[in-house]
Formats: sequence, structure tokens, C-alpha cells
Amino acid sequence: MPMSEKQIESLIRKHIPDSKVIIEDLKGDGDHYSAVVISKSFLGKTRIEQHKMVYDAFKGKMGNELHALKLTTKME
Amino acid sequence: MTEDKKIDVSESIKNEIKSNNVVLFMKGTPVFPMCGFSAAVVNILSELKVKYSSVNVLDSDEMREGIKTFSNWPTIPQLYIKEEFIGGCDIIKEMYDSGELKELFNTRGIEINLS
Repeated sequence: MPMSEKQIESLIRKHIPDSKVIIEDLKGDGDHYSAVVISKSFLGKTRIEQHKMVYDAFKGKMGNELHALKLTTKME
Repeated sequence: MTEDKKIDVSESIKNEIKSNNVVLFMKGTPVFPMCGFSAAVVNILSELKVKYSSVNVLDSDEMREGIKTFSNWPTIPQLYIKEEFIGGCDIIKEMYDSGELKELFNTRGIEINLS
């Protein structure tokens, strides 16, 4: 089952509470999204660590239920 | 997947990244990428004219799951430079756009050729 924009946003915000999340459904198919995640908690972390923090929010759904997420992380 | 197979695949990943400076784990091949994200990284590496080896994770389920466990990263493609995991498609694109990727190849002593 594909995930909705709301589900994605709420999972990320639950995992990274101070985050601002901007989601876009790239193809309108509920399967290919882009997400910009802005959080001060990324400070001092490498890009890999930042992306892992976001992926962790999906607890294994990433790459399975959530097929494609184009991810950008920012500190502000 | 049995424990034995898990060990096998992590050994073969280690061998692959040890024997090649640049390794791309991808869906499909550089000539026929089977996924847009893999194709995007292939394009960047061809732009930079860097020599790399590629592993088609669609050839085996063990490799497809094994590389995710090995890198602790949930998606494909995955780029390794000198045995170090650099990132997936989004990170590689960002690093290419900012010039960091070129810089990284330079500092690791890997030849690239910008025409």
C-alpha cells in the first residue's frame, strides 16, 4: 500500500519533533515523493547521518511501502 | 535468507569495494539502468568520466538485501569510493551540484576528466 503525504509528514515529524517538512507528490501516483526536511537537529551531522535520521522515521518502510523519496535535508 | 548466504554476500561486497576504487551498487547496468535514481548517478559518473565498477543488485535477492544491511542504508543506488559509503542518489546529486563530489574524487586521488 502506498503512503499518503500526510502519513509521511507525520512519521517524520514524530521522529524529528522540531522539523519542518515539505512534501510533494512528484508523479501524482502516491509512490514517488520529494521531501525537504528542515531541522536544527541536523546540526553537526554528516549528510548521510541526516538522511539516516529521516529514513529511521519510516522504520523499515523506506524502500518497501515507500518506494521513492527524493530527500533534501537542511538546517534552516 | 540463511546466515551462510548473508555472510557470503557481505564478503563479496567487501571484496568488490576493496578491489575497485569506485563501486556503484545499482538497479540494472550503466548501459541499461532499471530505475531513474540509478540512472541519475550513472549520468553523473559519466559526466565526470570517472572509471567505476557496477553491481546490478537485481541479479540476486541476497545482494539486493545484503547491500542495504551492509551500508545500513535502505535504498539503491549506493556509491562507494575507496571502501567508503558516500551516499545514495540525492546525496550524490547534491555533492555533484556543489562541486563536493569532484573535490572528493580529487582528494582521494581518483582520476576524473572534465572536458
